[in-house]
Amino acid sequence: MKTKGKSFRESNRRSGGYLVKARAMKWTISIVRGLLLFGLCFMIIQPMLTRFSTSLMAEQDLYDSTVVLLPRNPTLDNYRIVFDLTDFPRSMLNTLWTSLLVSVLQVAACTLVGYGFARYNFPLKKFWFGCVVALIVIPPQTIATSLYMNFANFDFLGIIRAVSGKGLNLHGSILPYVFMSLTCMGLKDGLYIYMLRQYFRGIPKSLEEAAYVDGCNTFHTFYRIMLPDAMPTILSCFLFSFVWQWTDLFYTRNFLSSMSIYSNQLSTIVSRMSRYFSSNADQAIVVPAARQQQLISIGVLVCCIPLIILYCFTQRTFVESIAMSGSKE
Amino acid sequence: MMAKRKSKRDAWGLKESILTFIPGNSTFHTMRSREARHGVLFILPFIIGFLVFMARPLIQSLVMSLCNVQMKVGEGYTQTFVGLANYQYALGVDPYFNQRLVEEVGRMSINAVATLVLSFVIAVILNQKFKGRTLARAIFFLPVILSSGVLPGIESQNEFYNMMQGISEEVANASGVNLSAALQNLLSVSGVGSGVFDVLFTMIDSIYDIVMASGIQIIVFLSGLQAISPSLYEAADMEGCTAWESFWKITFPMVSPLLLVNCIYTIIDFFMKNDNRVMERINLVMYSQFRFGESSAMSWIYFGIAILFIAISSFIISRGVHYYED
Repeated sequence: MKTKGKSFRESNRRSGGYLVKARAMKWTISIVRGLLLFGLCFMIIQPMLTRFSTSLMAEQDLYDSTVVLLPRNPTLDNYRIVFDLTDFPRSMLNTLWTSLLVSVLQVAACTLVGYGFARYNFPLKKFWFGCVVALIVIPPQTIATSLYMNFANFDFLGIIRAVSGKGLNLHGSILPYVFMSLTCMGLKDGLYIYMLRQYFRGIPKSLEEAAYVDGCNTFHTFYRIMLPDAMPTILSCFLFSFVWQWTDLFYTRNFLSSMSIYSNQLSTIVSRMSRYFSSNADQAIVVPAARQQQLISIGVLVCCIPLIILYCFTQRTFVESIAMSGSKE
Repeated sequence: MMAKRKSKRDAWGLKESILTFIPGNSTFHTMRSREARHGVLFILPFIIGFLVFMARPLIQSLVMSLCNVQMKVGEGYTQTFVGLANYQYALGVDPYFNQRLVEEVGRMSINAVATLVLSFVIAVILNQKFKGRTLARAIFFLPVILSSGVLPGIESQNEFYNMMQGISEEVANASGVNLSAALQNLLSVSGVGSGVFDVLFTMIDSIYDIVMASGIQIIVFLSGLQAISPSLYEAADMEGCTAWESFWKITFPMVSPLLLVNCIYTIIDFFMKNDNRVMERINLVMYSQFRFGESSAMSWIYFGIAILFIAISSFIISRGVHYYED
């Protein structure tokens, strides 16, 4: 220990005080950074922690003003109630597979389109890109009514009508939504196109030229050279799209109303509460507001947990990896 | 070279686009037309989707904004062409629309700048190596979840929540815990207070909203920062760059394409928020007063302003953006 201190002093003297200065700088930076991060993190996580501690309280704790953060009668019963209310395992599984399907399709389609916009010159390019910007800007609510009418009597270029006499009623099936995701018209797809286009524009052209010289054709180059390179960006798009799909209410209500989807269940949880509690008792029970709030909080927590787990797994590949390709200069 | 060869007579490139796809003429076999065909093939999903799903509602809404729309029970609606009267109504007659528009746009401009700066700083910090980095990153992902879809509105629909919110605000005002207000008082007493400080204090007061709105931006910046090869920093270090210099010469130019993405996302996010008062007004006019023509005109004005903002900011930012192709 002593020798180490001595050698430090020695080398500091030799460097003319530089070592002490550098070390002090390093410490200051990490202290400021720590304070800033702690403050912001606390601000974000505090409501979640409150929700969590409230979720463990038995009902009498909610009305006890001496109970602030730690529950006096901890119980897991509330979770069971929320699971019953939201049709838990089934709605979660449905949400899982629909979100997965939709977001994979969306991101796949948007990657192709983004690459096309970034790398190729074709006539009317500016016009189509203007349409992408329009897609970003226009909220889905504006086209909702029209979409609804469209899918109640679905027809593509008059083909279906010619065959079967009238349009297909596609309400309550996932097909229209799958088709929309495949054609980049899903939730916030304009944004993914824009993001991926910006990313592909940032990759040096020499990379592709080298591939062409070596005899790759267009799609081979895209698949083999560009796609692995863009994986972090694609994954982050996928993550956004998954999260937004998971919590989305608008498209879920319009297209997946026949299925039990978690976000839909969560949005109507209050209306089902009194019926649920009344079914166990003889007379109708009015659920107190604080209790309602507690159950909603649990619903929100249950909604967030799978997404946080997903993030912890995927972030390793998309934020924790250093650049995978060698050619970045 | 390509821009030069594009003929001036055909500004939209319509003739060219048709020729590109017809085999047998001289254009079809050129390298350039092959490239064009591949490009169109790549964006084909988007073209189909746009034509099938978006084009009709868009045109419908545009037509509605130029018409006087009358709803009739049981038999749909009738529309008569009235020209720009609806736009005149939206901007001149409606008592709330233009006032709210100006307010929201002003608020948005300040918040957008704050969001961009904050998210960039946080992303740079989260990109450094320190203990508990994974945890910090996971926490900064929470705003993405909490501000999406059904979640932000779900708790405020409960009357208990609103009551508690009101009480806590009252308590804060009465007991003088409101630190930023006290500080602001102090500054204005000592003669420092001015417009700049007002803006600064509104930002500090809405820091929670700003952090909640910057979840996506942080992750976008972070993925951009991760894509920078460490060898660049090594080389800069060898050449004697300080950390400050390599930040402005390497980090900033390398993530600048994403700055544009984030800027646009931030603008859109603020424009399309459900608690936005312009959107509230449009919804009210549409669904409570059944003035479809007027509300369509309002939405088109609103889109127009959003697109204008995007155009201005992309013009400003793209002058500083560094792409490999240029």
